[in-house]
Amino acid sequence: MKLTQKEMEIVEILEKDARLTTEDIAKMVCLSVEETAQAIKKLEDHKVIVKYISLIDWGKVEEYTGVKAMIDVKVTPKRGVGFDEIAERIYRFKEVTSVYLMSGAYDLSVIIEGKSMNEVASFVSQKLSTLDSVLSTTTHFILKKYKHDGIIFEPDNKDKRIVVSP
Amino acid sequence: MELAKNSRLSKIARDLKPSGIRKFFDLAAGMEGVISLGVGEPDFVTSWSVREAAILSLEQGHTSYTANAGLPDLREEISFYMRKQFHVEYSPASEIIVTVGASQAIDIAMRAILDPGDEVIVIEPCFVSYAPMVQLAGGVAVQVQTLKENDFKILPSQIEEVITNKTKAIMLCSPNNPTGSMLNKKELEELAALVEKHDLLVIADEIYAELVYDEEYTSLPSIPGMRERTILISGFSKGFAMTGWRLGFLCAPAELSSAMLKIHQYAIMCAPTMAQHAALEALRNGRSDVDEMVKSYRRRRNYIVQSFNEIGLTCHMPGGAFYAFPSIESTGLSSQEFAEQLLLKESVAVVPGDVFGESGSGHIRCSYATSLEQIQEAVKRIKHFIDNLPETN
Repeated sequence: MKLTQKEMEIVEILEKDARLTTEDIAKMVCLSVEETAQAIKKLEDHKVIVKYISLIDWGKVEEYTGVKAMIDVKVTPKRGVGFDEIAERIYRFKEVTSVYLMSGAYDLSVIIEGKSMNEVASFVSQKLSTLDSVLSTTTHFILKKYKHDGIIFEPDNKDKRIVVSP
Repeated sequence: MELAKNSRLSKIARDLKPSGIRKFFDLAAGMEGVISLGVGEPDFVTSWSVREAAILSLEQGHTSYTANAGLPDLREEISFYMRKQFHVEYSPASEIIVTVGASQAIDIAMRAILDPGDEVIVIEPCFVSYAPMVQLAGGVAVQVQTLKENDFKILPSQIEEVITNKTKAIMLCSPNNPTGSMLNKKELEELAALVEKHDLLVIADEIYAELVYDEEYTSLPSIPGMRERTILISGFSKGFAMTGWRLGFLCAPAELSSAMLKIHQYAIMCAPTMAQHAALEALRNGRSDVDEMVKSYRRRRNYIVQSFNEIGLTCHMPGGAFYAFPSIESTGLSSQEFAEQLLLKESVAVVPGDVFGESGSGHIRCSYATSLEQIQEAVKRIKHFIDNLPETN
């Protein structure tokens, strides 16, 4: 889908803050509220905007014991379908949050989330590495998130400027 | 006693008026929870790659003076930048001086061209330092006022009216602080014709040239015939969000540059070395950051201008810089009263328009170089303030 300049603006604005109202966005891009609502609807219908979600810093939640791991997976691609078939087999597991096809030393980068280290370990050993096309896996547990999707988790947002200046 | 004390000061220092902004700074500085639309600088912190380059330069021990005119590499980059971005050629060897902010560039420009009594036409409302700098250099500032009806753009006829045989130069700032107005190519061409006709110079403060939102920017010296008559002032403060680094530059034909360089070397030696290394990185790799900032300013400008118009403060759409300049005449208050009461009642700081010149009265300068959330809250409070003003008539 080819976006108009205004549609592109709207996507960029929403990507940074999905909670802005249509009225606010309309003002920012100089469109009427109606035109803006239509544009957003179109972007949603075409799945350019896939979903509106929140970025949570789970590290702040005491009860949360979950773990995340990035797994480098080497696989054998299949004739006709390449990597797509095995990628699909992997991403269908609910534990898997992201799957990327990579260039370089391994083929698929798989991010999985589990309630505990054990849960992740058993998923890898029982589900992932036993798949036919999977040749090897290397698991890296994430210890701390500093920045995610361009957002710094503990930013220093204090305005250090003097209040009035020429 | 008073007389004895005074005589220690020069007449020029005694005659210098304190800036009208100072009063507001003092008033706002002591208050808690103030939302400030009064800040004349970007809300972005300098890009990390630029800060990192400065750190590296310190680690490598680049702590000595540079050439008076600035690091040769930096002047090369400035020359390339002026050619690529603004379509004007300046020789890095003889026509570019790196200065301590654009302010120092304006200062040496005035000192290089003015004899006692020479007149400089200062187009108001404008940055508060222009007229004092003319005065400090022994010149006489002759003010002309741009008008709201013309979206605060100067008309050549207005300038022509005040030209005398002592007029030496015009001080021009486009995009303008505080009105955000910008002269387009055609308007600059008309101004250029006048400048040539009267054999004048122009000190063109183009510090906001990166921050333009609708039209393509035209730099004055790119107009045929103007390069030889222009002292171009620019810098890194606004476009590259580097105010605290104090780094600007000026470009002018060699004859003018060499005179300004003489003053520069006696007065200041050279601009800070680490800031020059930072600026080098900004020019080499900072383009995408500038583009991002411009996008962000444009959205906030659209938002604030529409919001002001909605709540009854008429505001023209400024072409550049990061200031909205709404009229507050409908409230019946003067701009000083408005700004002061708004600060005290609603804790929102704005700058009264008349501190920038006579025709700024009846207006307030609101910087939108602050987060959208702050702008939204400020507009809400301003609306509340206006709605609760006692009926004047």
